[in-house]
Amino acid sequence: MASVTIEQVIKRYGDTQVMHGVDLDIQDGEFVVFVGPSGCGKSTLLRMIAGLEDISDGTIEIGGTVVNEVAPAKRGVAMVFQTYALYPHMTVYNNMAFGLKQAKMDKAEIDKRVRAAGEILHITDYLERTPKALSGGQRQRVAIGRAIVREPEVFLFDEPLSNLDAALRVQTRLEIARLHKRLGTTMIYVTHDQVEAMTLADKIVVLRDGRVEQVGAPVDLYERPKNTFVAQFIGSPKMNFFAPSALAATAPADLRGGSEDALLVGIRPEHLRVCEPSEAIVTARLDLIENLGEHVLAHMVATDGTEFIAKMETLPEGADTSAMQFTAAPERVHRFDKASGLRQ
Amino acid sequence: MAIVAQESRLSRVLWPILAWTIAIIFFFPIFWLVFTSFKTDADAVKPEHLIFFTPTLENYINMTENYDYWRFAINSVITSVFATLFALIVGVPCAYAMAFNPTRATKDILMWMLSTKMLPAAAVLYPMTFLTKNFLGIYDTHFLVIVVLCLINLPIVIWMLFTYFKEIPKEIIEAGKMDGVSTWGEIKDILIPLAWGGVASTALLCFIFCWNEAYWTVRLTTTEAATLSKLIEGNRAPEGLFFGRLSAVSAAAVGPIVVLGWFCQKQLVQGLTFGAVK
Repeated sequence: MASVTIEQVIKRYGDTQVMHGVDLDIQDGEFVVFVGPSGCGKSTLLRMIAGLEDISDGTIEIGGTVVNEVAPAKRGVAMVFQTYALYPHMTVYNNMAFGLKQAKMDKAEIDKRVRAAGEILHITDYLERTPKALSGGQRQRVAIGRAIVREPEVFLFDEPLSNLDAALRVQTRLEIARLHKRLGTTMIYVTHDQVEAMTLADKIVVLRDGRVEQVGAPVDLYERPKNTFVAQFIGSPKMNFFAPSALAATAPADLRGGSEDALLVGIRPEHLRVCEPSEAIVTARLDLIENLGEHVLAHMVATDGTEFIAKMETLPEGADTSAMQFTAAPERVHRFDKASGLRQ
Repeated sequence: MAIVAQESRLSRVLWPILAWTIAIIFFFPIFWLVFTSFKTDADAVKPEHLIFFTPTLENYINMTENYDYWRFAINSVITSVFATLFALIVGVPCAYAMAFNPTRATKDILMWMLSTKMLPAAAVLYPMTFLTKNFLGIYDTHFLVIVVLCLINLPIVIWMLFTYFKEIPKEIIEAGKMDGVSTWGEIKDILIPLAWGGVASTALLCFIFCWNEAYWTVRLTTTEAATLSKLIEGNRAPEGLFFGRLSAVSAAAVGPIVVLGWFCQKQLVQGLTFGAVK
């Protein structure tokens, strides 16, 4: 097990800089998830930790040792690829044993480790098959198994679930969580799926355009997003934003009276609730309703035309859908600077 | 519906006829070559013996007894095998580097390699002969033939291998890196087993090209390293052609490659159309 320290890491491809001085501390045994939209640099950062991409500037330390110039296999990391990247011409057993054979490990020890990993991942019955005879979920387990047998200090996962169907994704997500609990090893996990991020992570790192936007526990990011980008990225459906002029006359004076150029009010769809006209923060008409069974998503249009979503159990019976009033608990109302997007 | 049915019935008849016609047109010269090889030189030019004649093995016996066929054949085998081997030894790492660690210059290098095939061989004939004969002293040696055959086929070998290697997901090679495989290990344990079909068809095609090469093998050899192409060329007499003899020599020269091609048909077709359907 090891901690990972990233200091002022920069990545350039020719003249194009894609990572702009990233700093990050990952504690020993922590489960860290990198999230961000496509092209934000999350996979590049992971690949730099793995040693598959050069580090243009800055340092990466694993377990206190700078690994900038260390070969991937010598960094004590193991990686699970999005496309599984199994060796198609080898059996499951050999896929897992290959790395150990390269390290000239004793045969009996290899056998012990492969079988133990097979047990953990329930793939003992497939050890003699080749990857093409396996389903997607089984292949992904083999890929995880290949990482486990190496007993790495840090596990790296590059969007490991994105090739699986929805049901399998949930199941494998749970298995990865169990694996972390069982092994207690440091894990770094890249995804663009915020549900995976929220459920798995001890710490989430939100990246955008090669910069870290916010680092924190999932609940911190959800409850106290540093800026509008993180606010919108974490949580589904996205956080609603209102200009002061979009708010109802009955809204608190500090919100309603805020400068139009300086203030942006953010309220998550699940924190909006229908209320009496006297306590309304925003008044809106119903545009469309999406019924998801356990809850409904009401697509609303505020008096000034701002569109937003309210998430509720059901639409209140007999509600006047042409003018509905919504409010939210004061601690659920976020204030951001309009120009910089930063939390006020 | 009726029209469609009629059309398909028509095409069911027409297409096979067309296919057979083309096949026969292509095959006819080979057939005629073998056919003529069983005629005497005299019969071969007589119109009355165009079809009907007394078959004889005279040309084949003559070829092996008087023209030393086996020496030429062995030279062909040695030069083609080693040229193919060296082309692969150089080509595989080269294509590997370009497929998995491309730089901005990779495309240009590939084009440059291909462009060397555009140089007319005749343009360098004199310098080649002069250099090898008078300067390096390697004229008419196996070494020279192997080097020349290897070099002229190297661009096509690298291009073919590059195309096959490109089909292999980069992540598999990266997984190898994570597993601590050396560069040589990546090639030996991952790349070649995965691209085996492609490597085999490249080797086969290179071997066929080496075997059939005539321009340089005829001009850079006399006796020691002379290949079957030289033997065929040697049976071309200025006072007229000995058609029977020439046919026998030619048939015996193309024979091994036809047999090889026949057995490896599947690999060849698979290799040549690899990646076309995906």
